[in-house]
Amino acid sequence: MADSAIAIAADVRSRRRSARDVLEQHLAQIDARERDVHAFNLVTADAARARADEIDAAVARGDNPGPLAGVPLALKDNLCTRRVPTTCSSRILAGWVPPYDATVVQRVHAAGAVVVGKTNLDEFAMGSSTENSAFGPTRNPHDLARVPGGSSGGSAAAVAAGFAALALGSDTGGSVRQPAALCGVVGVKPTYGAVSRYGLIAFASSLDQIGPFAGSVADAALLLEVVGGHDPCDSTSIASPAPALLADLDRGVEGLRIGIVEELTDSDGIQSDVRDSVEAAAASLIDAGAKTERVQVPSTMYGLSAYYLIAPAEASSNLARYDGVRYGLRVDGADVSEMNANTRDAGFGREVKRRIMLGTYALSAGYYDAYYGQAQRVRTLIMREFDRAYDRFDALLAPTAPTVAFELGAKTADPLTMYLNDVCTIPTNLAGHAAMSVPYGTAVPPDAPGGTPALPIGVQVLAPARGEPVMFRVARAIEQAAPGGGDSAATAGERSAEPTNGRGA
Amino acid sequence: MAGVREMTATTTRWETVIGLEVHCELSTTSKLFCGCPNEFGDEPNTNVCPVCLGLPGSLPVLNERAVEFALRVAEALHLHVPERSIFSRKNYFYPDMPKNYQTSQYDEPITIDGWLDVDGARVGITRAHLEEDTGKSLHVGGGGRIHDAEYSLVDYNRAGVPLLEIVSEPDIRSAEQAKRYVEELRGTLLAIGVSDVKMEEGSLRIDANVSVRPEGSSEFGTRAEIKNLNSLRSLVRAVEFETRRQAGLLESGERVVQETRHWDEDGGRTISGRSKEEAHDYRYFPEPDLVPVAPTDAMRTEVRATMPELPAARRARLIAEWGIRDEDARVLLDVPGLADYAERAVAALKGGTPKDVANWVRQDVLAFLNDRGLAPAVLTPEMLSELVGLVAGGTISRGQAKDVLLESMEQEQWPDTIVRERGLAQVSDAGELGTVVDAVLAREAATVEQYRASADDKDRKKKRNALMGQVMAELKGKGNPRLVDQLLDERLS
Repeated sequence: MADSAIAIAADVRSRRRSARDVLEQHLAQIDARERDVHAFNLVTADAARARADEIDAAVARGDNPGPLAGVPLALKDNLCTRRVPTTCSSRILAGWVPPYDATVVQRVHAAGAVVVGKTNLDEFAMGSSTENSAFGPTRNPHDLARVPGGSSGGSAAAVAAGFAALALGSDTGGSVRQPAALCGVVGVKPTYGAVSRYGLIAFASSLDQIGPFAGSVADAALLLEVVGGHDPCDSTSIASPAPALLADLDRGVEGLRIGIVEELTDSDGIQSDVRDSVEAAAASLIDAGAKTERVQVPSTMYGLSAYYLIAPAEASSNLARYDGVRYGLRVDGADVSEMNANTRDAGFGREVKRRIMLGTYALSAGYYDAYYGQAQRVRTLIMREFDRAYDRFDALLAPTAPTVAFELGAKTADPLTMYLNDVCTIPTNLAGHAAMSVPYGTAVPPDAPGGTPALPIGVQVLAPARGEPVMFRVARAIEQAAPGGGDSAATAGERSAEPTNGRGA
Repeated sequence: MAGVREMTATTTRWETVIGLEVHCELSTTSKLFCGCPNEFGDEPNTNVCPVCLGLPGSLPVLNERAVEFALRVAEALHLHVPERSIFSRKNYFYPDMPKNYQTSQYDEPITIDGWLDVDGARVGITRAHLEEDTGKSLHVGGGGRIHDAEYSLVDYNRAGVPLLEIVSEPDIRSAEQAKRYVEELRGTLLAIGVSDVKMEEGSLRIDANVSVRPEGSSEFGTRAEIKNLNSLRSLVRAVEFETRRQAGLLESGERVVQETRHWDEDGGRTISGRSKEEAHDYRYFPEPDLVPVAPTDAMRTEVRATMPELPAARRARLIAEWGIRDEDARVLLDVPGLADYAERAVAALKGGTPKDVANWVRQDVLAFLNDRGLAPAVLTPEMLSELVGLVAGGTISRGQAKDVLLESMEQEQWPDTIVRERGLAQVSDAGELGTVVDAVLAREAATVEQYRASADDKDRKKKRNALMGQVMAELKGKGNPRLVDQLLDERLS
């Protein structure tokens, strides 16, 4: 049995296991493998131990610490944590310590989770491999020569390596789903507005959404239930109550209509093993009583282009505040403009600078209509086409990432090749809809060096805005049918075989 | 030919064309996008939070009260409120702006197309839109400007304070009219309770777009934008200077450059800022962290129901009902609270007329308030009503009343009490007065004789005044002057 978040919380609440024991197991795993994987920017072991002891004390008093009682959880390092440094894996935030907790951080605390640390990411969440971190790349726990995906690569790797049972990431163009796929875990991009962005350091505000990583669909549902729901601090947060997910999770897919997005599944850039997984997952849904059919959503082909105008445009404005005046890095200059420029030059990495320049250009007088304006029109078109598809289908299927995990450095020289990683995930962000990645099958990459293990493949389930309940049911059915069955995402690498009750296992 | 040209140049009369952008700080309790207090004059950087400091991860939430205030302004200035408006980001780097963009409204403002009548002339209002204020910089060393400063300090208390930018059409034609427009606008904003309109505290800041054209021309000249005029006096002087400057340029065959200019108060001139050619590209785009503003019908109905009488209407009413002059009505309305005070005093009148009240308020009360730096709210209008009644009923003279009013306001005492305690009440008893008059006339028989004998009006008047003085001295000044006059007339005829 995998050490699921649901099982941990149940055990801790019923005193079958202590939160402290659970934590020590995970810390031991971190001790054993973090040096290789580098999932974390910061491991908060002491604070976590204190928190675990609090949880145990609460249980001992007869209190219920909440649905995540004692569950070790990792936070992407672009989520603000009070009195704990938050870096976005950027030099520009050097030394900055937020005076407040993000709403999701408050909520996981209130639910009894034990935060184990802040995970590595592509600087300001800009990237698909976690190689754009100022603090060095994260490696894929399944094969240390390969990337974990990105930008939430640290969170994905942390769950895959058994460093934490759950993790939170952020998904602007696929930054939860793609690393989830590459690391063999479940990753969710909720409907825009389903989870508060308050305290998530903005990359592209109209696309950013916080989402869970978990070892199973049920665990992901649990975490989304905890962090989701209206927040008055985020104007774009949906006011109506979030739908329940766990209650209906095992209702099955009988009678559901599932479309397979042709443009995302059948295109040349998709590795055949990945396409095979999507087909196999679809077949398993048919076996479970669903109907599947190919569906065309042609405008998804323009998603990548529109995204690389909208996201950098918003980023160029969101990142303007890092100027050396108030916090973070400051590199002096002769006057304030020079200080601003010197600070930003020293503080931002290449990819961040590239996108700030792209975005600044796209918003400039005389270019706005041709670039930003046109991209917004494409966005509207994508929404309409998806809406039409959802008139006929309850959910859609597509690959999450075009390929399994690639080798470190393989795509760093060519940004465009790197950007193509997100071709299947971006349309959902542009539409503001929900989507998630669920592991289905593995493949040894073609022309991989000898000894390369079979690497996980993710299948993406897409749903309309607020379509999470059906999306999770479909994902659950795929998970149950997946090779290896029932419990997806056996933790990667040399993790301790069985959860033990004793400390220091 | 040269002579002709010269003639033309010297006889061209120039018309000034002015459009004003008035930035008005709204007096909401909290800031535009967070819960921090909207307070002037607190310790630097005490009214701040992650949102108004633009800390990473923070998000704005629109203050509904600011929307309500904008709707009140819309009612007062006859502005149209579109079903939906949006916020946009105005991007530029400046240290007093925490996010290096200002959340403002651009192509879809909350209100558009209104007007304000100023002395019978209609000034169009293009738009009034919501935006956040910036912090305040203090540049130390150098010329007090950011680029040569030794160091700069920033106070973010003002960052995020709600501003309403009210943009007029280029309908204003003189410095004086510009001043009157601002006065009228200020009175209106004050009356509807959306701002304290204190120019000296920066609650009202003005940018003026000024151009000139030959009188009779219907085309606009090239304009200069004069920034940050902080008083009506500066506004008038700046517009006058700019008119002369631009007319001078055109008369000597040069052209006016479209640019931003700063008003130099000490030098009495405008100075070129950065020119529009090298102006910032603000890269406006819709603010993704906020949702469109769509005022509900209920909100608009509520605003309409709570709109007070506007200054223009109130002025007209007071002139008609009280029989006062336009100028007096204007004074009453220009000082915050003064008209309310006067109206309450009139409501409490038991003798005398509203015009009496208006005169007292305009002169003695206002002088007292100005002298002490007080607001009318500290005074009890009923005290003034009582005083007016005492004068009208002949209990005290107008001269005495001046002292009584002053004492009444200072001591917060009822005039009636002061009059009683000081024994100030006039002697109006004809019998008592007659006795005194007779006694004085008897004592001053010689003067009486001379008075009767004199044919010189001037001399007679002098003698009569002397007798009057004697009577009043006898009565310690409390004699009812009208009655004493009457008695003297009777006795001396």
